[in-house]
Amino acid sequence: MSSATESSSIVSALMKRIVIIVPYVWLTIFFLIPFLIVFKISFSSPETAIPPYSPTFSIGDGLAGWLERIKAFSFDNYLWIAEDPLYRNAYLQSVWISFTATCMTLLVGYPLAYGMARAPQTLRPILLMLVILPFWTSFLIRVYAWIGILKPEGLLNQVLLSMGVIDQPLIIMGTNSAIYIGIVYSYLPFMVLPIYATLEKMDGSLIEAAQDLGCTAISAFWKITLPLSIPGIIAGFMLVFIPAVGEFVIPDLLGGSRTLMIGKTLWNEFFANRDWPVSSAVAVVLLIILVVPIVWFQNYQAKQTEAGR
Amino acid sequence: MLKWTRFNIVSVVFGFAFLYLPILLLVIYSFNEGKLVTVWAGFSTKWYVQLFQNQALMDAAWVTLRVGLLSATIATVLGTLAALALNRYTRFRGRVLFSGMVYAPLVMPEVITGLSLLLLFVAIGFDRGFWTVTIAHITLTMCFVSVVVQSRLVTFDRSLEEAAMDLGATPTKAFLAVTLPIIAPAVVAGWMLAFTLSIDDLVLASFASGPGATTLPMKIYSQVRLGVTPEINAACTILIAIVAVGVIIAAVVTKNQEAQRVKDEQMALRN
Repeated sequence: MSSATESSSIVSALMKRIVIIVPYVWLTIFFLIPFLIVFKISFSSPETAIPPYSPTFSIGDGLAGWLERIKAFSFDNYLWIAEDPLYRNAYLQSVWISFTATCMTLLVGYPLAYGMARAPQTLRPILLMLVILPFWTSFLIRVYAWIGILKPEGLLNQVLLSMGVIDQPLIIMGTNSAIYIGIVYSYLPFMVLPIYATLEKMDGSLIEAAQDLGCTAISAFWKITLPLSIPGIIAGFMLVFIPAVGEFVIPDLLGGSRTLMIGKTLWNEFFANRDWPVSSAVAVVLLIILVVPIVWFQNYQAKQTEAGR
Repeated sequence: MLKWTRFNIVSVVFGFAFLYLPILLLVIYSFNEGKLVTVWAGFSTKWYVQLFQNQALMDAAWVTLRVGLLSATIATVLGTLAALALNRYTRFRGRVLFSGMVYAPLVMPEVITGLSLLLLFVAIGFDRGFWTVTIAHITLTMCFVSVVVQSRLVTFDRSLEEAAMDLGATPTKAFLAVTLPIIAPAVVAGWMLAFTLSIDDLVLASFASGPGATTLPMKIYSQVRLGVTPEINAACTILIAIVAVGVIIAAVVTKNQEAQRVKDEQMALRN
């Protein structure tokens, strides 16, 4: 009997090793190390060679060789980014556009989540599925669908013109408004789901008690419902804001050439200008901007999960 | 019971109209006879016929499908392992780093992940193509799988597994016979999520892909930049239809499984 227990404990120790090590190694090779490479290349200088940067690293150089190369590192790319107003504007615009669009998503998403949470019990699973369903359809397709609606001869203008609301087609395509619409539309489920989750769990008797004590429906909402749904609002806000800052597809397809968001700048720097060191430096700075909200949000989520257990 | 007020109903109706109207219009205009996407000129399926004769688009679809199936399967294995590691073992060296690496790709801008993977492939001299896109998709989607499976593991009662082992099952057998069937719906959901994310991805694929491995979103993107065409509408409609059917089947399956589980539990209690 004891040998059986022993062998089973060996097996479970082995299983533990495998369960941890396999995904750990994968993520280290394909997620962590690539970042270190980006970090390293951001200190290199561009070259017209393959690969188009120098110095390059190789494992065979040994420690002395590495130290030699580290001396050749330069902060030129970062100085370049700091001095060129193009990049500064792109960062500021990205953060500002994402922030505005996230607030708009909240304004659209909250009433929807609230309405869903108050819906009859039998209807809720269907409504929930209807919110999730667009998330499964292609992001690219959903952005593309808006081009046909927003462009000057598009459906929105046709409808408004024929109804006589406007007599000149609205120019929405190629402006920031189109980007806002694109972000609100594409990220709406990310905002609705966490808010719905907190509102659905809420104890309805709290509101009833408040109303029995003479609270109006509106002030009961401000005093009870809204404060209790703050964890959902925070989660939704972060889930929309963080990816929106680095968004590429929406500003590229819906925005104009004057709107520079950083994801698009990075893309152009890489694919059009083929300047790998500068695009790496752009990526590192973007990561530094986002690392604070990402880490803060992860801790927040971890705390929420712990509390939920 | 709180009332479903008129305000609630209106906001739900408007919310869903906003979510579904653009997709609906896109589908409707894929059956438009005319070349102009915005002027209705009669019903026709000619764009679908033309779509299937477009060899480049069909090739791209085939690449996308293979990358999707392969990457989703591997990502499901890796993501489930990662979920088990984070759920079961609260203490091991480097756990903080590990959980950081599992969660970070979920919110990381895709341009950064794509760029960094490309630079890795260049640094190690790995030829870009089918395999690099697959690796990129595995890396991203395994994190989503992990989150989905973890949410199921949180509610899983470990004592069931312990009971199986007390009754003589080896840890491996206990896992296969008890744990896996219970977390199976989450694993399947994770696979489907990984698959849709993979067939949908433009940014990672653009960075990681090389000659001969153009995926469908890359193809669609390059055509969309030239303008809206009914042919692209038709391609999008087919993709939407596939996803919608898949999601509905998944929902029905989960519902049946859930009903079965409740029934089993009631049976167990009665005995």
